[in-house]
Amino acid sequence: MLAPLSWLKEYVDIDVTPKELEEKLFSCGFEVEELIEVGKDVSNVVVGQVESCEPIPETHLNVCQVNAGEHGTFQICCGADNVRAGGKFPLALIGATVYATAKDHVTIEGVMKIKKGKLRGYESFGMLCSGTELGLSEDLYPGAGYNGLLVLPEDAPVGADVKPILGMDDWIFDIAITANRPDCQSIYGIAREVAAVLGKECREPALDYTETDVERIPFSVCVDAPDICPRYIAHYVYDVEIKESPAWMKRRLALVGCSSISNVVDITNYVLKELGQPMHAFDNNYLEQDRIQVRRANNGEKIVTLDEKEFTLNESNLVICDGVKPVALAGIMGGLNSEIKDDTTEVMFESAKFARDNIRKSSRALGQASDSSARYAKGVDEYTTVMAMKRALHLIEELGCGKVSKTHVDINTGNSIEPHEMKVSVSRVNGVLGITVPTEEMTRILTALQFAPVIDGDELTIRIPAYREDMESYPDVAEEVIRMYGYDHVIPTFMPSAKVTMGGLNLRQKSELKIKRALCGAGAYEAIHYSFFSPSDLDLLRLPEDAKERHAIQLMNPINVDLSLMRTTLASEMIYAIGRNQKKGNLEGRLFELGNIFIPKDLPLTEYPDERETLCVGVFGEKESFFTLKGLAETVADTLDVTFTYEPVTKTFLHPYQTAAVFCEGLEVGYLGKLSYEIQDELDMRMPAYIMELDLRVLSQWYGKEQVFQPLPKYEEEKRDFAFVVDKNITCAQIENGIREACSYVTNVHLFDVYEGKQLAENKKSMAFSVVFTPREEEFTNELVEGFVAKILKNLDKKLGVTLRA
Amino acid sequence: MKEKLQSIREQAIADIENSANLETLNEVRMSILGKKGELSAVLKGMKDVAPEDRPKVGQWVNETKEAIESALDEKKKMLEEEKLRLRYESEKIDVTMPAEQRAHGNLHPITQVRNQLTDIFGSMGFEVYEGAEIETDYYNFTALNTPQDHPARDMQDTFYLSPEFLLRTQTSAGQIHVMEAKKPPIKVISPGKVFRSDDDATHSPMFTQMEGLVVDEGITLCDLKGMLDEFVQEIFGKGTTTRLRPSYFPFTEPSVEVDVSCFQCGGKGCKLCKGTGWIEVLGAGMVNKKVLEGCNIDTDVYSGFAFGIGVERIAMLKYGINNIKLLFESDLRVLKQIDD
Repeated sequence: MLAPLSWLKEYVDIDVTPKELEEKLFSCGFEVEELIEVGKDVSNVVVGQVESCEPIPETHLNVCQVNAGEHGTFQICCGADNVRAGGKFPLALIGATVYATAKDHVTIEGVMKIKKGKLRGYESFGMLCSGTELGLSEDLYPGAGYNGLLVLPEDAPVGADVKPILGMDDWIFDIAITANRPDCQSIYGIAREVAAVLGKECREPALDYTETDVERIPFSVCVDAPDICPRYIAHYVYDVEIKESPAWMKRRLALVGCSSISNVVDITNYVLKELGQPMHAFDNNYLEQDRIQVRRANNGEKIVTLDEKEFTLNESNLVICDGVKPVALAGIMGGLNSEIKDDTTEVMFESAKFARDNIRKSSRALGQASDSSARYAKGVDEYTTVMAMKRALHLIEELGCGKVSKTHVDINTGNSIEPHEMKVSVSRVNGVLGITVPTEEMTRILTALQFAPVIDGDELTIRIPAYREDMESYPDVAEEVIRMYGYDHVIPTFMPSAKVTMGGLNLRQKSELKIKRALCGAGAYEAIHYSFFSPSDLDLLRLPEDAKERHAIQLMNPINVDLSLMRTTLASEMIYAIGRNQKKGNLEGRLFELGNIFIPKDLPLTEYPDERETLCVGVFGEKESFFTLKGLAETVADTLDVTFTYEPVTKTFLHPYQTAAVFCEGLEVGYLGKLSYEIQDELDMRMPAYIMELDLRVLSQWYGKEQVFQPLPKYEEEKRDFAFVVDKNITCAQIENGIREACSYVTNVHLFDVYEGKQLAENKKSMAFSVVFTPREEEFTNELVEGFVAKILKNLDKKLGVTLRA
Repeated sequence: MKEKLQSIREQAIADIENSANLETLNEVRMSILGKKGELSAVLKGMKDVAPEDRPKVGQWVNETKEAIESALDEKKKMLEEEKLRLRYESEKIDVTMPAEQRAHGNLHPITQVRNQLTDIFGSMGFEVYEGAEIETDYYNFTALNTPQDHPARDMQDTFYLSPEFLLRTQTSAGQIHVMEAKKPPIKVISPGKVFRSDDDATHSPMFTQMEGLVVDEGITLCDLKGMLDEFVQEIFGKGTTTRLRPSYFPFTEPSVEVDVSCFQCGGKGCKLCKGTGWIEVLGAGMVNKKVLEGCNIDTDVYSGFAFGIGVERIAMLKYGINNIKLLFESDLRVLKQIDD
């Protein structure tokens, strides 16, 4: 929100510097995002009066003697066609800064410093300037748009700084307005706050006008959609003469970034900026049947807006119609058919309140926006709607661009514009803050904010102006008081009245952190990836059409297709992360991510989906293998004090013979395996990668498992080593199970060697295990252990055809 | 006899002196003191010595033996020292060569900051509640005093999954679940991923927030300030101070932005704080009366405050990370730098 200091001064006597005002506004809730000094780049430019002006032969140049008062008289060479003896022009002295322009004298190419120059043998001690060179446009100062010298007023004092004369000593505050204060989305709204914070009076803009006896009969307005148009005011103005606006209005509009079009259009823009009420002016000659109807658009109804774009509307769009057709897209933009033109003679002014949500949605849905729609989307109040019409009619009179008729229609189903009374308890206001604001301070502040406070004991009565729709109860009063009283009055306390509570992480959070730390200990780095991914992630994994992972929740409005699905697996983004690392020259590493996957119960969603905490580990590099990744799986198992078992399995994106499903106490909890060569090649990975995913939701049932101490064995353990000859397709796990099930005294089985080769038959391999037997009630005898061994060998032979290696 | 012993002694001392290593020295010992050694032979010949001379001869023999043993021990000690010295020497290394490390990994910088936050607030008695990433419009907006037509909805670009479900735009969504499930006293922090349709150098469509909520009897703005003062000193260092300034969030009233004194320049003004001496770190306020009432909490008895912290912002400030995207790219060169 741009607010020029000069404009604010129309309503408030501001006696602090712009910097001080910035700080005051900041302290009461209005952050000045940028404080813009209008003539910042221009310096040392003074009023120069040309005393003599002689043409330099065979050039377009003149050599002039220019009087700059106290600065002296300088010889200046000047090529402008409007230089003349006696004229007053801006003179940039040696060392001055002005804007440099391109050859066209219009395009600004930066800032330049004026030096002594020499043209055609004539020395020049400065430069006479154009408006453009001072950063001025025609709207900012009349004549500044001329491609030649900027002509200064006759009465400009010679030698004086040109900035105050040209309005270049001004400042513009770019203020951030919070969403609860739409009443401050205007210069006057800001002025009210400025007055309050400076303790000054705020003068209301002139609203008076005189109606003639002329009446337009018949004329009617009907609002068919009062729910989204609580107030509609129309006023008929005639004998309109479309012309330029006065310089002061053009300048103000230019300062807030609005270009001048014509007096009537400028008045609507001026009122929007000044009061924050969007207005519209219809050319009444093009309104058929002298009738205005505010209604929802019919499905398929069309309108062409002022910018010549056509829109096809539906019932959710609000339109302003005449007796026949839509003439404006309400609150967004007027129709081309009733636009103000140079020959307009009759105008119907509109000042209305439209529901902010409706305008916001229509504007978004249609992709059409304007200053008006942006303003409506923030919310306008009826108080200002009424005031704005008066202000516009006043300006019509002031500018002499038309006559104000008696035809005034006001359809009102909305709020009162009178202040409403609210009673609150002073102690509750103070109770929110935790301090006691002195009564006289509270009164002073609320008076400055136009709340007309009356304090009687603990009862505070305020009368809330209708434009303060945000004021609802005592916390709002507390906020008003403290923002003006100052947050530095808030004294830190540490909840003296609060009860003691237990804090910290719960079991799941602690367990997850424990798993993360264990993986870090094993050399893995934690990664965090987005919760959404791309349909191409699923293709990367070669998942078939009916794979459950493809049953993913879609974003209705993703940033792009790559971020359009809620992820159903963490594997793909892990694979991509490994690919990126390899591209960047990280050829080995370990990564893990603990995050949610999103499993919908139905699509489209009608209930909360299942967000499953999932762990994904990815390792890559020359030194990694299936078994190093399996080591990380065991790290997780150890952390939870559970035992994992593994069975061969296949996955579409993993090596067909180096992939296992992971089980914990009979429940499948995930998988691990080597990334397929197809994907490795697709992502140009130089090093193999291995991926594991574990479902922590299932594993969470073992979080916080009780640790039970096992007494140390009373008697000495026995250890026996065996070398077996087995068929190649027999697995380690099968043999281990065969050993364990044959003897309950076995407490540890460990494979320590595998051999395949010439000494064995082609379909055989040798596997060497060491087995530990732990005695319980009594010491082992040799015979007893031999008995165990015999049972084991018998079981292995029977079940797996395993024999001892000779 | 005496001469003989003298000669044995001299020869032995010489042999000992000449021994170059422990093995030779041992051979020397055996050749003199061993069962078949020269001195043993002399001792065996004692029976031929006249009884009256025996004490004297015995004394000579002992003297000789002691002298030889002492020489042997001395030499042995010397040789052992020499051997150890050589061993040490042979094991000389270049200590400037690279270390052999068992590489350990790191928690993600965001997790590290999250842990610091949960530690600090945990010790102040805050429970940790992690809500769902997918929320309903009701919990994310409506129950937080942000109804459909509220202009604050424009402040946030929301990803919708259906007309009803969306990706939560703020961890504040968790507030309502907590207050519905639990009656005061409530002290909860709620860290988690949040989503907004924003994607540039300083914005990521997914980022991490941590919401804090206290509801109890007599909670005031002064308590909010007091708790934040403690918090910022823990996370940014002793001496860090806070500044509250008015702001607006639909679910708090009054609402404040909280700035901390710049921990790099101490408030004098530097590049980090853009010369202001203050850094904006979080938003906070007193829980809006309407929000409490919506959760059936009696506002005549209870009041509360809430605050929301951007975890990435803290991480980026603390570690000097300049681009938020770096946090989600899993580049090991980045992850390896921030040690837990």
